[in-house]
Amino acid sequence: MPADLILTVAVQGILTGLVYGLMALGLSVIFGVVRVVNFAHGEMMTIASYAAIVAFGAWNIDPLISMIPIAVLLFALGYAMQTVLINPFINRPEHSQFILLAAVAIIMVNGLLIIFGPDARNVLVDYALDSIEVGPLLIDKVRVITAVLALVITAGLFAFFKLSRTGKAIRACADNHLGALVVGLNVKHLYALTFGIGSAIVGAAGAMMTLLIDTTPNIGPVFTLQAFVIVIIGGLGSMPGALLGGVLIGLSEAMSGLFFAPSAKTMFGVAILILVLLFRPQGLLGRKA
Amino acid sequence: MIARLLDGVPKRALILLGLLLAFLLVAPLFVGNYILSVLILVLYFAYTGQAWNVMMGFAGQLSLGHSLYVGLGAYTAAALYVHFGIGPWAGVWIAILISMAAGLVVGFLAFRFGIGGVYFALLTIAFAEFTRVGFDHFMWVNGSGGFFLPVAQYSVNDVLNLRGSPTMFYYILLGITVLAFIFCRWLLTGRIGYYWLAIREEPEAAQTLGINIFRCKMIAVAISSGMTALSGVFFAFYYNNLFPEQIFSMNRSIELILGPIIGGVGSLFGPILGAFVLTALAEVLNDIMVALGYELPGVKLLFYGFCLLIVVMWLPNGIWPPLRKWLRLGERL
Repeated sequence: MPADLILTVAVQGILTGLVYGLMALGLSVIFGVVRVVNFAHGEMMTIASYAAIVAFGAWNIDPLISMIPIAVLLFALGYAMQTVLINPFINRPEHSQFILLAAVAIIMVNGLLIIFGPDARNVLVDYALDSIEVGPLLIDKVRVITAVLALVITAGLFAFFKLSRTGKAIRACADNHLGALVVGLNVKHLYALTFGIGSAIVGAAGAMMTLLIDTTPNIGPVFTLQAFVIVIIGGLGSMPGALLGGVLIGLSEAMSGLFFAPSAKTMFGVAILILVLLFRPQGLLGRKA
Repeated sequence: MIARLLDGVPKRALILLGLLLAFLLVAPLFVGNYILSVLILVLYFAYTGQAWNVMMGFAGQLSLGHSLYVGLGAYTAAALYVHFGIGPWAGVWIAILISMAAGLVVGFLAFRFGIGGVYFALLTIAFAEFTRVGFDHFMWVNGSGGFFLPVAQYSVNDVLNLRGSPTMFYYILLGITVLAFIFCRWLLTGRIGYYWLAIREEPEAAQTLGINIFRCKMIAVAISSGMTALSGVFFAFYYNNLFPEQIFSMNRSIELILGPIIGGVGSLFGPILGAFVLTALAEVLNDIMVALGYELPGVKLLFYGFCLLIVVMWLPNGIWPPLRKWLRLGERL
């Protein structure tokens, strides 16, 4: 196999992986603060993808532009979900929370299935097939753009959590729930805010994803699992970890597609997950609990 | 042993259980094929839910990948039958052993390395997905193309080879479900049942008391996965076709656990009640949709989703615990 081809596929895989990482980042942020695993994460991404597809189909809006209103929409959805559904469950046992979100996920997948049907849909922008030449490599333009955007959004989020007062307050909640209550932070509001931010991120990722893959209602659960795999590999709650996990998964998918069957790609991701859970359960960049 | 099984169960509960069993025994004489197929589905979910309940309800380990054990059991028995002519009554033991081995691997990896809670649930999903994709490429059983058993002769009931009419399947499944119910009651009233209870409620305290937590959890996984394999074997011989993407799917895992969750996790009768309620409601809904002319895919699962949401929000212990209190049937079933 020519080295050019392998390198091209590897670079494409890494670029796609950065978008995967952004998607998983939403999950990581939510778990890091609220300590609830969003079992409906991939389904929320699919909702965002369909919103982008509808916006493109109806008004010809590029997903890279529609992702801003979509992120706002998903923020509202996430905020509402946390306020209405999850806040009453904060002190319930883990499996209860899990089942709650699994129920939400089932409703979302099948709601989408009833509205949009099972067929695959995508967005064909006029630059969809353009590529950028880098030395001997030909890289898809959309992959470069979405990867750069994923990095920019992650950097922005990092700045928000490190610099802004709200971001610091959210981190305070994550570090010490009781302490945050004692100093008078409105923890419930901050939790909802965090769930909203995590949802907005996955919304942006979902809009971008329409440029990279075909969307069907059933990819929701697949991406939920994908997000878990990425976040656990990188380390739950670690922002650089999510990106690193995404890149690893993107790379392993691309390579397994090249060397084995494309349909076997999830197997490699899951195999990496099992290895990480066994030998470094806190994740590659996670802190020891 | 009988005394131990009956300890603390009021007479009225026994009478009600006897009535239900009598009803189920004579039901095939009165109902048509459609209702019979629904009853088979009910029993299937009741039995499989009971098996899952051993792990989650009794020992407190949330498995969201139980389709793994259904699938392994189904494929093992089916492949032995088709490739080597080994009948289901012999094959079922091998199927149970293979499923148990898989369960023990998952359990060993998780419990040895201290993976609990959410991570454990994710690990179970991961193993089920891993196996699903593996079977998609496992050509000995025809990969993603699906594996088929020779179609049953409905005129002759060949119990030895599990080829026959739905009525035969119904009675076999009823027998299995009743045995599983008694077996679970026996487990719960024994030493291991109390150990599980302690581990579920307060693992650290249990350990302090000298309970070997690792061993008890492994026993729970082994029993649960072995029992689940049996429903896989039944599935294979009843439906005669197996597809990895269906039998190992995450949806299937979730469908299996709906019954016990809606009925009442950890109770003995909960999974059975849950299976009845859920299947009956889903069929009624299906009929209404067909009558209205909406045959949309996804409506049934959407409905399951709402049921789950409502139960988990307002009846966190399921519908059986409040019901048994109202019927004054004690706390032991």
